[in-house]
Amino acid sequence: MTTPAEPYALPAEASVEVSAEEHQFNELIAADSRIEPRDWMPEAYRKTLVRQISQHANSEIIGMQPEANWITRAPSLKRKAILMAKVQDEAGHGLYLYSAAQTLGTSRDEMTDALIAGKARYSSIFNYPSPTWADMGAIGWLVDGAAICNQVPLCRASYGPYGRAMVRICKEESFHQRQGFEILLELMNGTPAQREMAQDAVNRWYWPALQMFGPPDNDSPNSAQSMAWNIKRFSNDELRQRFVGMCVPQAEVLGVTLPDPDLRYNEETKQYDMGEIDWTEFHEVLAGRGPANARRLQRRREAHEEGAWVREAAVAYARKQAVAATAVA
Amino acid sequence: MTETSRPGAATADHGHVEVDSVVLSAELVEGGSVASHDVAEYALWLGDDALVIAQQLGWWISRAPELEEDVALGNIGLDLLGHARSLLHYAGAESGRSEDDLAYWRDEPQFRSAHLFEQPNGDFAHTIARQFIAAHYLFELYTRLQASGDATLAAIAAKSVKEVDYHRDHAVQWILRLALGTDESRRRMVTGLSDLWPYVDELFVDEPLIDRLEGVAVRPSSLRQAFDEAIVPVLAEAELDVPRGFISSGGGRGGRHSENLGFILAEMQVLARAHPGASW
Repeated sequence: MTTPAEPYALPAEASVEVSAEEHQFNELIAADSRIEPRDWMPEAYRKTLVRQISQHANSEIIGMQPEANWITRAPSLKRKAILMAKVQDEAGHGLYLYSAAQTLGTSRDEMTDALIAGKARYSSIFNYPSPTWADMGAIGWLVDGAAICNQVPLCRASYGPYGRAMVRICKEESFHQRQGFEILLELMNGTPAQREMAQDAVNRWYWPALQMFGPPDNDSPNSAQSMAWNIKRFSNDELRQRFVGMCVPQAEVLGVTLPDPDLRYNEETKQYDMGEIDWTEFHEVLAGRGPANARRLQRRREAHEEGAWVREAAVAYARKQAVAATAVA
Repeated sequence: MTETSRPGAATADHGHVEVDSVVLSAELVEGGSVASHDVAEYALWLGDDALVIAQQLGWWISRAPELEEDVALGNIGLDLLGHARSLLHYAGAESGRSEDDLAYWRDEPQFRSAHLFEQPNGDFAHTIARQFIAAHYLFELYTRLQASGDATLAAIAAKSVKEVDYHRDHAVQWILRLALGTDESRRRMVTGLSDLWPYVDELFVDEPLIDRLEGVAVRPSSLRQAFDEAIVPVLAEAELDVPRGFISSGGGRGGRHSENLGFILAEMQVLARAHPGASW
């Protein structure tokens, strides 16, 4: 681990001079190469990555809950198997991402503690509840669909361990998105009650999914620096636009209506114009006033606290084994 | 189908499951053989055991003591659900019922699972005790069922035995960690094992059905010695005594269940039953 003990800060008078290692970092970024854990990096770059990767990991972990909610009630054994596979994939993604963040000098325990203490962020989308089976379809189709738009460019992120983790995650996300689409398709081809359930779920998840891309470009303070560092490749609004462009034809195949009366194709821009996003709601949920914020953190805290004795046992056992091995040697 | 994560691995590699691989294999779906009534009943025994325990393991995903265990218990549950689907598909062919007809549209008395599988998850030690007993029983069973005169059962057993072998390993590792870890974990492991032990004997009871399936079914009583020989050294290493005390009279193979199964089925079946005839 190469974490500097002190926060990196150049003395003011030296700031015009670029050190050799900083020069090398800048060269690597300019050449669109990868930064690896042992390479020198500016402290702000490290902090940005830790913040982004740990938020992403936390989102995978909290994001297990709305879907785990339906594992025991899945309406067919095939759907149950797919859902179990999907939710445990998400636990796996959380593990890869925590590992990637650990290479930057922040431990998984620190990140877990911050999450449980309510100090760390995760994607706001998971603060919405999943009251019906159709939510499994809408989450897969819209939430995982939006995640893919966000994440595919991250496979080229300048920080090596993050980019490589994202390659594997994106492969699995596309399976997740497809199974969500299939759930909705099956419902839309089903009984009137099933069709109603599907449309209701799309109505509830569409706008929050659009908010997943973050605030509009003119209100996104960290974006410019992240783009300069080749962590972020496209702006929030560009990605949101791309996502809407993907959704419209798929919604037509499904036969669902996207709940935006202002959505229409613009012949001039060759893109879809969309209605106004309710950013007040976004900020409310972000501030902890969403429908399920408290429930999500409570569940994570309970699992963590109720499992403490198990983790302690594993540590104690490993220590005893190590002592025994030393004694033998 | 899925790799099982080894406990303790720093970054457990988790099975990547494609949609296609959770669809039943072709030989079972198309032109598969149809079981006789007795073979179908036997397939129901095994299928219901796997289904009921898979249903319970699914609850742990997002609630496990650490992320590696969310993945591991999820994988194990997924393996067992796969076994259940193959077995129920085969069991239902005789009466024209699908795996879902059998899973969602039967009531408690029609279920043939043994009581062990329907015991509640309890704390992690209870789940591990149940896994420890179940995986060792299933490993001995599937090892022998590979030689069944019924080709479908033999094929299902050949696939399943490799998976329950990993499940055994997972349970053994945790039995050792919990029994030899801290005072607290040891106390819980002793309690878990003793709470689950009353349901061991039922697994090895020969019912009249077994007499009619010579060469097809595995005689449960024939597995007991191998089961004991496998678990006794583990318990010895864990410094645990084989529990003594209550022995449940069982009755699952005849449709007589404990109080738990009704709750398990109510949760599992609620959505499917709210929409009769719907497809998902």
